[in-house]
Amino acid sequence: MAVCVAVISKENFPLFIKTIPTENELKFFYTVHTSLDVVEEKISNVGKNVNDMRELYLGLLYPTEDYKVYGYVTNTKVKFVIVVESSNTNLRDNEIRGMFRRLHNAYVDMMCNPFYTPGENISSKPFERIVDSMLVQD
Amino acid sequence: MADEVLFEFFHMEIVGQFLQSARKDEKESAFTKLEFLGYRVGQRLVERFTKEVPRFKDELDTMKFICKDLWTSCYKKQIDNLRTNHQGVYVLQDNKFRLLTQISEGKQYMEYAPQFLAFPCGLIRGALSNLGIASNVTAEVSAMPACKFQIQIQRL
Repeated sequence: MAVCVAVISKENFPLFIKTIPTENELKFFYTVHTSLDVVEEKISNVGKNVNDMRELYLGLLYPTEDYKVYGYVTNTKVKFVIVVESSNTNLRDNEIRGMFRRLHNAYVDMMCNPFYTPGENISSKPFERIVDSMLVQD
Repeated sequence: MADEVLFEFFHMEIVGQFLQSARKDEKESAFTKLEFLGYRVGQRLVERFTKEVPRFKDELDTMKFICKDLWTSCYKKQIDNLRTNHQGVYVLQDNKFRLLTQISEGKQYMEYAPQFLAFPCGLIRGALSNLGIASNVTAEVSAMPACKFQIQIQRL
């Protein structure tokens, strides 16, 4: 499963980021940060082409030697990034899609909580539980 | 169906409560509060409504979403007329706005109409702002159940 799950606000600051393993957290912060450029490029192309995809799921953003980075942008420009290990070959596109869908559902439920102010860091327990279920279980 | 009128009654009570608790000189601030309430609701609502919707192409596409999907979900009908000057001004006309249908159609209660439009204005502004469009929304009523929302897009 995933090694890092991140939620980035529409103004491009991180709302939530969780990684496994936790020791080289900073490396994942960097990976997620660099993926934002690719995300930006993909969504700025929407509308210029007639037959381009208008799906929320952006697919594989870029592969590195050890990891694959996948992206998803909601209509409200909130970005979700999931990093998985390249060695994990039995993870198909469909499963990644499913993970993003679950993440999006969890985010919407959290957003509709009246005690959450939009733009705040996410500290919701149910949301974190969903994310935990996506991260690698060792 | 009782659940459809629930929102109407709830909205009426909220408006009544806000204006009652405000003193004579504070009517403006009650309007602002109602508008802000709508803003917060719109922001959250749009997050849920756009979950299964494909990405919007442009501003007009977003407006159409407001007129069709959002309006149907909130007020059980679509906007009757959408007009734009293509320079950032959109006019949404609803010939039978649901929150005004309970008021008598004559000129008699015209002065009370704006208080029922503060929340819907905020709702539109909140929805648009969460979709990445900063705007100003004002409403006007010329003949009772019909009203016009004017959206002025703020460009940086």
